[in-house]
Amino acid sequence: MDRTTLDLWVGIFVVAGVAALIGLSMKVGNLTSSNLGATYALHADYENIGGLKVRAPVKSAGVVVGRVSDIHFDDTIKAAVVTLDIDTRYHFDKDTIAPIHTAGLLGEQYISLLPGGSDDNLKNGDKIGKVQNALVLEDMIGKFLTNKASESNDKKAE
Amino acid sequence: MFDRLTTALRGIGHRFIDRVWRLGSAARFFFYTLALSGESLRRFHLTIREIYFTGVLSLIIILVSALFVGMVLGLQGYNTLQKYGSSEAIGVLVALSLVRELGPVVTALLFAGRAGTAITAEIGLMRATEQLSAMEMMAVNPIARVVAPRFWAGVISMPLLAAMFSLMGVFGGYLVAVPLLGIDDGAFWSQMQANVDFHEDIVNGVIKSFVFGVACTIIALFEGYDAPPTAEGVSRATTRTVVNSSLAVLGLDFVLTSFMFG
Amino acid sequence: MTDNIVEINNLSFAYNSRLLHKGINMRFPRGKVVAIMGGSGSGKTTLLRLIGGQLKPSEGAVKVDGRVVHEQTTAEIYRMRRKMGMLFQFGALFTDLSVFDNVAFPMREHTDLPESIIRDLVLLKLNAVGLRGARDLMPSELSGGMSRRVALARSVALDPSIIMYDEPFAGLDPISMGVIVNLIRNLNDALGATSIVVTHDVHETFSFVDYVYFVSAGVVVAEGTPDELRASNMPFVHQFVHGEADGPVPFHYAAPDYRQDLLRDAHV
Repeated sequence: MDRTTLDLWVGIFVVAGVAALIGLSMKVGNLTSSNLGATYALHADYENIGGLKVRAPVKSAGVVVGRVSDIHFDDTIKAAVVTLDIDTRYHFDKDTIAPIHTAGLLGEQYISLLPGGSDDNLKNGDKIGKVQNALVLEDMIGKFLTNKASESNDKKAE
Repeated sequence: MFDRLTTALRGIGHRFIDRVWRLGSAARFFFYTLALSGESLRRFHLTIREIYFTGVLSLIIILVSALFVGMVLGLQGYNTLQKYGSSEAIGVLVALSLVRELGPVVTALLFAGRAGTAITAEIGLMRATEQLSAMEMMAVNPIARVVAPRFWAGVISMPLLAAMFSLMGVFGGYLVAVPLLGIDDGAFWSQMQANVDFHEDIVNGVIKSFVFGVACTIIALFEGYDAPPTAEGVSRATTRTVVNSSLAVLGLDFVLTSFMFG
Repeated sequence: MTDNIVEINNLSFAYNSRLLHKGINMRFPRGKVVAIMGGSGSGKTTLLRLIGGQLKPSEGAVKVDGRVVHEQTTAEIYRMRRKMGMLFQFGALFTDLSVFDNVAFPMREHTDLPESIIRDLVLLKLNAVGLRGARDLMPSELSGGMSRRVALARSVALDPSIIMYDEPFAGLDPISMGVIVNLIRNLNDALGATSIVVTHDVHETFSFVDYVYFVSAGVVVAEGTPDELRASNMPFVHQFVHGEADGPVPFHYAAPDYRQDLLRDAHV
């Protein structure tokens, strides 16, 4: 096998391998263009982030528009400061609400962006004013039980 | 009777110390190979030649195996998932199994069997026919000229082969799921893309295949280099390559999986 | 500049705690062809490896060009080896390279010569051994004698000053043997080199070497020119030179008394 034929086959092999890697990443995985494009950062303070993790998606109207890039605890305000990297193609106004929702009943958590009515848009480094904390299961069950208890009390009272 | 017991214990101790000594020998060999790698990068055509023999010639077995593994995953997965009404998750099942585990591990095992034994036999025979000795006497370091290029060829080929395995396997799963079993084409791919994360799954899979590549190749090279220069010695060495590579791959898989997904 | 290009002084070498050589002294003068002879397993090949620096002596020293081999650094040993050529038993050609590439190997590894000059040099060397027409064959396509000659061309590729031969006549037909004998002598004289031939072929060797060392049981038992040794009365030399079945090197492997051995079973 002379040098040039060998080199050709090796070249084809390497190209095929790299193509397989890229193919896997794009078609099988979720490495889409929004992960690679330019982003700007927004911040939000939460009293409870629940199970939110770094690299969790940020969705608006159900479409992924960005990713959570950083979560840390701020000692001065005693709350979690979350940094969102939003794709530069999308803009949100200053009245946007950012609740933490759960995908499915017990799935992973993500941040949803619900647009408000302001005329000004949030810029890089801005803080989102209105947030909604994650729903904690224990609180929900507790509320459900107290509701049930007060319902039966009302019935007794009748 | 006591005599037999002590002899048996001494035998076990001896074999154990032998193994540990050999492991040290292998570690030293590994570092020599890395230290003398300059030439295989400067005269890259040496490495390219070896990539052909380890990588390109392994393609057929890797791709065919991948197709079958993917198809079996599709069948078995569907069988179980449809009992819980989740048959549309078949794409996720196939993709995650392949990318996280089966791609790197099965490729490594096949690689050890095909390319690893070829390397061991080749180097063992070179030693038996005094070719390595002749090279030394011609003032050419055999580790730099013969061992290092093969090492880098294996390390480069493995992740590429594993990626091709995974992709082919997914395709095999697709063939079974969509045309054969009637799963919806769109659901297959969209569920998969939603649940296979690039960083967590694909990157980890590539890291695994890279580590397996290092392990399998260096084991194959060491067994060949260390083999007694006889026909029997070389044949035993090739057996050891397969056994030790397989154990190393499965052991490392456990360690890496617990780090990555534990 | 010493007269002896290689000197072995009081060399002792132990292999697996078994003493192979016990106090060996040898001198190899420049320009001469010297043979090291002895029975199989007497450690002749090991002597070549000690000269080449592949092994270290347990006691004593091997000096090449006035420098003690085992005291050199690895880099210096590699530099010394570039002036040595070694013909291994059965050739040890690189099976994945053609005849041409085999001979070109040392040139490509150690010199920066352009391919055109390398081509001329390779053809020169191959012509000297009579195999210029076989340049594109692979080692598996060569006969024993041919691969030996190609290996010879490879070992003189860089015009070494010391050429070592490990059993160059083993397994060859008479014609090939004659060819190799001619080549060893002519190449040595043409290159002005020193050749060290390890062998046990008495008839062939005595016809062309200048000096012979006989090694047995780890020591040099006899030395001299071929004529001196042919006339020698020493029992070992006599047995070796004339190929006698029994003598100082016994015919029988150590065994108990013959009569006892046979009768033992009869009693049972």
